[in-house]
Amino acid sequence: MQKTLSRLAKIMAIAAIAPLSSAAQAGEISNAELSATTCFQCHGAEGKASGGSIPPLAGYPEKVMVQQLLDMKSGKRASTVMGRHALGYSDDEIRAIAKYLGSLKP
Amino acid sequence: MLKRRSLIKAMAATGFGGSLMATLPGCSLNGTKGSSDAARVVVIGGGFGGASVAKYLKRFDSSIDVTLIEPKKSYMTCPGSNWYLAGLVDAKTITHSYESLRDKHGVNIIHSTVSMVSPAAKQVTLNDGRVLDYDKLVVSPGIEFKYDAIEGYSEDVIEQIPHAYKAGPQTELLYKQIREMPQGGTFIMCPPGNPFRCPPGPYERVSMIADYFKRNNPTAKIIILDAKDKFSKQGLFQEGWKALYGDMIQWISASSGGKVSHIDAKTKTVYTDFGQYKADVLNIIPPQKAGNIAFAAGLTNDSGWCPVDQQTFESTIHPDIHVVGDSSIAGKMPKSGHSAASQGKMCAASIVAKLNGYTVPTAKNVNTCYSLVGADYGISVAAVYQLVDGSIVPVKGAGGVSPMGADAGFRKNEANYAHGWYKSITMDLWNS
Repeated sequence: MQKTLSRLAKIMAIAAIAPLSSAAQAGEISNAELSATTCFQCHGAEGKASGGSIPPLAGYPEKVMVQQLLDMKSGKRASTVMGRHALGYSDDEIRAIAKYLGSLKP
Repeated sequence: MLKRRSLIKAMAATGFGGSLMATLPGCSLNGTKGSSDAARVVVIGGGFGGASVAKYLKRFDSSIDVTLIEPKKSYMTCPGSNWYLAGLVDAKTITHSYESLRDKHGVNIIHSTVSMVSPAAKQVTLNDGRVLDYDKLVVSPGIEFKYDAIEGYSEDVIEQIPHAYKAGPQTELLYKQIREMPQGGTFIMCPPGNPFRCPPGPYERVSMIADYFKRNNPTAKIIILDAKDKFSKQGLFQEGWKALYGDMIQWISASSGGKVSHIDAKTKTVYTDFGQYKADVLNIIPPQKAGNIAFAAGLTNDSGWCPVDQQTFESTIHPDIHVVGDSSIAGKMPKSGHSAASQGKMCAASIVAKLNGYTVPTAKNVNTCYSLVGADYGISVAAVYQLVDGSIVPVKGAGGVSPMGADAGFRKNEANYAHGWYKSITMDLWNS
């Protein structure tokens, strides 16, 4: 019974919604993506504006973000807390996180 | 290759699923073993840790059946509750519902209390008798108080002597007592020794109460009788207190006679080794331990907290049970809402990776903690954490506190960012 239902389900599903199926699949989670989700805690869910005073990050031009973060890390660019955070990441990690955040839809 | 749980989910979206699910034998609230291959994850506790795990499990793999058990229908956060005491924000601003988690992210929400966890049977029993099966369980119950730690104090007196260290009715009570305090009266706070929830919390609280008194009760006195000799962001707080409140706030360290020996609850008198202090409003924040369910499930060690793998937050006592947030022992991370949310994401990602056979990602944990010393006077501490030899340690050279002696503009910016942080983290966990 279970098997039959399962097979039936597959046939019905593949016929009806094959193009949708990939949306329900999970993918590998990169360190950059996981780190970026911790950025959301100050910068808004999915990098979208929370209506607060901290700038949103989704769709931020990657190159600009990398340069700003590296400059805050070196102290060249003034910041309150962001420089202290940036010092916690390697330059490569900063590039990977900026690339991920830049890829999000604002 | 398509997975069956993905198929069923996709079918549901097209309208096929409903009728199919109805005909499948043995489908229960969160699925019954054998009815479907959707992995079932049960999360106990809907605070910063639990809400983070629940949301991010669904974000990383929408096919997982996630059930969040939280007794409260709306959740007042501890962060922001000191701002509420000062009258800077209203109660609504710091209270959140579980509707977005349910409606937008597909998390099953059960407003109930867990009475029992059976690690061997992989089952959770609710107060009403319902039993939930799980493949993975996440326990995020926050803290419980050691009510018997101070002679003369007990749970029976918290309606007169609020702790206000779990936000909600206790916060409302302290809010009321501060406003009813006689002119020129004395507010006394007794913060606990380490470790405890939100290390700067007590000191932000006296700051916010001083802010209220300065405007409404300018001859009032604030005395802190501390169980410690130093505290989080101490230099910054003391610099701010002097600048904003003169000598209104007196901090007495443990070794200078601040350590409480006993109290007389009836007269709100606190006795230390060096003297006695009578309060008009007394705020005792008792020492703490892991939440009750962590003890009931056998997840704690002799310290009263829960030992966990420092990457995945899986219990080192019971496999397939993870503990995040205040109840967990998370290396050098403080017990804070921001830490709990960060840990929740690491935990969710590790569960999703394990269930799908992926590599477990190893991103860095983060803590960011803003405190308001005054309405326009914010300070912060931050840290980025990495795993070194299985321990969570801060990345050297990173993090740290706001600079001493910064100008008013810097402090005002950080006060604005404190509110911005609050909006963002609550958006991330409850409101998006």
